[in-house]
Amino acid sequence: MQYFLLTLLALLLLIPIVILIFAALKTRGAALASPHALPIPLYWGNITKILGMDTFWAMMRNSLFVMVAATVAVVTVCALAAFVFARMKFRGNNLAFNILTIGLMFPINVAILPVFLVLRDMELTDSLWGVILVQTAFAMSGNIMILRGFFQSIPSELQDAAYIDGCNTFGFFWRVLLPLARPALGAVAALTMVASWNDVLVPLVVLNSDKLWTLPLGTMQFQGQYSGSDIALTAAFVGLSAIPAVLFYLIAERQIVSGLTAGAIKG
Amino acid sequence: MQIGAVGKAGGEQATGFPVRAGDRSVIFFFLLPAFALFFIFLAFPIIKSVYYSFFDWAGFGPAVDVVWLDNFKRILTDQVFIKAVVNCLILIVLALLVQLPFSLALAMLVGRSLRGRAVFRTIFFMPYVLSEVITAAIWLILLNPMPARGFINAVITLIPGADPVLWLADPSLVMISIFVVLTWKYFGLHLLLYMAGLQSIPKEIEEAAVIDGANKRQLFFGIILPLLSSTIRTSVWLSVLGSLQQFALIWIMTRGGPVNSSEVMSTYMYRYSFVRFDLGYGSAVAIILLLISLTFSVAYLRLFPQRDHLSGL
Repeated sequence: MQYFLLTLLALLLLIPIVILIFAALKTRGAALASPHALPIPLYWGNITKILGMDTFWAMMRNSLFVMVAATVAVVTVCALAAFVFARMKFRGNNLAFNILTIGLMFPINVAILPVFLVLRDMELTDSLWGVILVQTAFAMSGNIMILRGFFQSIPSELQDAAYIDGCNTFGFFWRVLLPLARPALGAVAALTMVASWNDVLVPLVVLNSDKLWTLPLGTMQFQGQYSGSDIALTAAFVGLSAIPAVLFYLIAERQIVSGLTAGAIKG
Repeated sequence: MQIGAVGKAGGEQATGFPVRAGDRSVIFFFLLPAFALFFIFLAFPIIKSVYYSFFDWAGFGPAVDVVWLDNFKRILTDQVFIKAVVNCLILIVLALLVQLPFSLALAMLVGRSLRGRAVFRTIFFMPYVLSEVITAAIWLILLNPMPARGFINAVITLIPGADPVLWLADPSLVMISIFVVLTWKYFGLHLLLYMAGLQSIPKEIEEAAVIDGANKRQLFFGIILPLLSSTIRTSVWLSVLGSLQQFALIWIMTRGGPVNSSEVMSTYMYRYSFVRFDLGYGSAVAIILLLISLTFSVAYLRLFPQRDHLSGL
């Protein structure tokens, strides 16, 4: 019974994805005439057409560049700040922490216009660096919280020992704490990668020239342009642009799950 | 990682070590990048928007046409803005009453030791990692009003006498349709949280309750629900904040239409800021939205002051 219900639900959930794959593997005519039938015979024309588009690969490169840069920046900035908040005692520590985590209350979707105005003054619009910096800034608060929690859980005896062995504070951070924190850093990295890869609002507002477009932006544009005339080709584009995220999820599921559930349990 | 400490600084949270020689520079340089980003991309933009919100400004050249609180007055009396707020509230209420209980029930159904548990989790969480753009594109195909094109109407019209449903074109249905799509995409996150929460309840407690004669109902309401409270707080928080700031999916699927019937706060702001380029007005909208988010956050933390453990969202 349990299995029956769960399997039924899983199938229901997968229907949209299956329909998309079916549509992608049909000719334009077949997708119009019988959109819900199995794609027999298989037609690879849409896929090869998309894969042959230079713009598709350019968008893929842009997305990849933004994702890698944002992830490196988020992990670095957050690890440094979280270390101070977790392991250093000084006046104003909590105040500083609280100020930074206020960011969580101002989601980027709500703050996008103010951010755009500042970016424009700094001449960072129409630049991938503008996207990277904004994504990094708005990913900070949550990730600093995750890392601070993890850094606090590392026993202070280790810090004593490191100091006795002649480490200074930076040495302790670099040689002892960071290697121990690899799982938490992995979780933060995985969450940032997914968020950056999927983000559409920041690129939509910041980027103008289509040379700089990221994949979600291109998908949005392609969908708007072709979904009326050629569902099969649209489905192929959407499907292909989903593959990196799905692959990444299957590889990094453990990190993503541990990042999302970090601390959500104990209270 | 307690958000609950916001506003009461200087407690005894700072664990760790007294400052050693040379540590002042470590503190300074380690915090510098985070604070630089904070001030440039968060604090400064907000201050700037407060300033521009007093102007009638199309975004080019300096803002000179000062209108004081006129923008705010216009927004708060605009029927479309009120509609957008109501639609956000609808999404929040539906999420809290339908999506979260559904996720919790599902987490209970999966339980802690089912074989294939991980497989189900992988499948149910899959839509969460697809982007909003991809989700919107897929569902636009599925919800196509023509039965010959849209799968859902194709299924519905199999019932004799049933007419195809205009999911996104019918003003009275469009929010429900969007909620279904949002649920498809996001319930996996809550399922994940509840599964982890249930997993963390010691088996012995449940067993002891059963030995003491608790029935299933008592077990759920007396043991499981209270022990899940911090997970539920996190889940509610994420859900409300998510509903308040919903943008891309709705923008792509309906552009807030038909006739503003699926307008939400973010699409309203986007329309005035980036479609009509009424940046003074848009700034005022942004300030109102920020105040709403902040009010919710502060109220929530006051009402549920226990330490809240948040994830990276």
